[in-house]
Amino acid sequence: MTDAGADPGAGRLTLTLGPVLFLWSEERWRDFYFRIADEADLDAVVIGETVCSKREHFHARAMDEVAERLTRAGKTVRLASLALVTAPRERKSVQRLAAQERFAVEIGELSAVPRLRGRPFAVGPMVNVYNAATAEVLAKLGATTICLPPELPLASLERICAQAPRVGIEVFAFGKVPLAISARCAHARFRGLTKDTCQFICGEDPDGVAVDTLDGQRFLALNGVQTVSGTCHVALDDIDGLRRAGVRGLRLSPQSCDMVAVAQIFRAVSERRLEAAVGRRRLAEIYPDVPFSNGFLHGRPGRELVAAGQAQ
Amino acid sequence: MQLICPAGTPAALRDAVDLGADAVYCGFRDETNARNFPGLNFSREELEREIAYAHSRQVHVLVAINTFMRAGSEALWERAVDDAVRLGADALILADLGLIAYTAERHPQARRHLSVQAGAANADHIGFLVEAFGIKRAVLPRVLSLTEVAALTREVPCETEVFVFGGLCVMEEGRCSLSSYATGLSPNMHGVCSPASHVRYRKDGEAMVSMLGDFTINRFGAGEAAGYPTICKGRFTAEGRDGYVFEDPVSLDALAHLDTLHKAGVSALKIEGRQRGRAYVAQVVKEIRRRLQSGSGAADGAEALRRMSEGQRTTEGSYDRRWR
Repeated sequence: MTDAGADPGAGRLTLTLGPVLFLWSEERWRDFYFRIADEADLDAVVIGETVCSKREHFHARAMDEVAERLTRAGKTVRLASLALVTAPRERKSVQRLAAQERFAVEIGELSAVPRLRGRPFAVGPMVNVYNAATAEVLAKLGATTICLPPELPLASLERICAQAPRVGIEVFAFGKVPLAISARCAHARFRGLTKDTCQFICGEDPDGVAVDTLDGQRFLALNGVQTVSGTCHVALDDIDGLRRAGVRGLRLSPQSCDMVAVAQIFRAVSERRLEAAVGRRRLAEIYPDVPFSNGFLHGRPGRELVAAGQAQ
Repeated sequence: MQLICPAGTPAALRDAVDLGADAVYCGFRDETNARNFPGLNFSREELEREIAYAHSRQVHVLVAINTFMRAGSEALWERAVDDAVRLGADALILADLGLIAYTAERHPQARRHLSVQAGAANADHIGFLVEAFGIKRAVLPRVLSLTEVAALTREVPCETEVFVFGGLCVMEEGRCSLSSYATGLSPNMHGVCSPASHVRYRKDGEAMVSMLGDFTINRFGAGEAAGYPTICKGRFTAEGRDGYVFEDPVSLDALAHLDTLHKAGVSALKIEGRQRGRAYVAQVVKEIRRRLQSGSGAADGAEALRRMSEGQRTTEGSYDRRWR
């Protein structure tokens, strides 16, 4: 560690709620964010559809109301753009986001960048930022916050934080990890449909469809055109290491569980009011039946859980 | 349209040159390229010698430096760029934004291609990189339909190159962490997908089980050919049903659409397979040349080609909208 002598308590970690990756009904989505606005101890909330443009209309009507309520509750709101943009209507959707100036945009790929010229923006975890040189290119274009790709190990996070200090680095800290995106909708195909005829079938699986190995190991989950991990990435035991590395914020990704309670636990552990091991046990009660993992942070297979004592 | 052929080794490069490639693409023997497999790729000396060979026959050499720079080891990637330029590469195929910026600044005269690993899937994204970093050609990700390829090619201020034959990424290239989720090694950081070092086959009664790291990726019955355990072409269980959840073990064959791609203004056709041998490259090049000359999609060589494909089955992938 380069700064082993530094006070690991220095610098408050911000907590950001990432966008809901799954298709939730309008009512569920809106009520979720209303409760987050009113009850959750979070610094920033990212809203918007990042996975599939066909889902956008589900939340379009509630979007303004949710954004305003979160803002009134003191949360910084960012509007997320799609991760995979190919069709004309998807490009228009990105252009619309870039044109509004009320809220900061969190980009899911680079097509919005030229249209945001000069204005500050955030970078989502699907944008490939693997080193400080890339973070610097984005910072020059206006990026102020970057949520790094979840597969990056701590050693890389530390370098990037040290060498790109003007950007606030955020790290994926809770939730099923977005691992891949495709033009093909495996979720629709699994239900005997195709992407074009999907009937929004992914909306029936608000936490994804579990995909296990033939030997019964929990492995992946389908979320429309996106594949997420079957495990829930939990970086609770890694918070001191992340802080020492210079990370400024933790990202919690909404799952079908009590996210207000999840945020509480992360806040308490990051402020040293709660031991990580106790927090982890509470998380397991809040989000049962889903195995935890954090291997990515330790340069191990992402599916693995590296126990606190084994961490480097 | 130019024909861009894979070269995993100096011998394969000479084969591709002799067989009629307009350009070959290859990489250095390390994690700076996305086919960082044992026994493949080029030393500096080999690249220098083979560039001379290719140039003597008016064939271009494109050097893929298309993984993402590992934080703290950026010099390895920067040196790859410097050396490729110094040795006379006709273009660099790049994905990392930081490395693209480095190349544009240090070697403004060097021709820069956007790797498929950059995952640039629309005209705004590509147009931005052309303007900011002088990209001359974009290799398009395998997420677009033929109609979308045509529309994008009309709109972008650079050349486009598309994959027409060989391995098929089911997920958008450069944005897939499935391999590192199972093994800790990723295409983006280490230049490997489902690395051979983590592959095991084990007998389970009559069945053959293929594993990647600690995970069962497929189980083959007696008499069923045991394929390679690539995660996106594996067999899994969901809601009690077993099956190929993402894609069957197939590979890409878009040779029936060469005419459409030509009319769309696509500049170059790419053959995947730096890990494949001479017979493969020879057969694919011959078949493409034949079809380009006759303008016919019909297929004497189709059967021979299919036998050389992964799983011996092919798909048109996203080029056919129904694949989605």
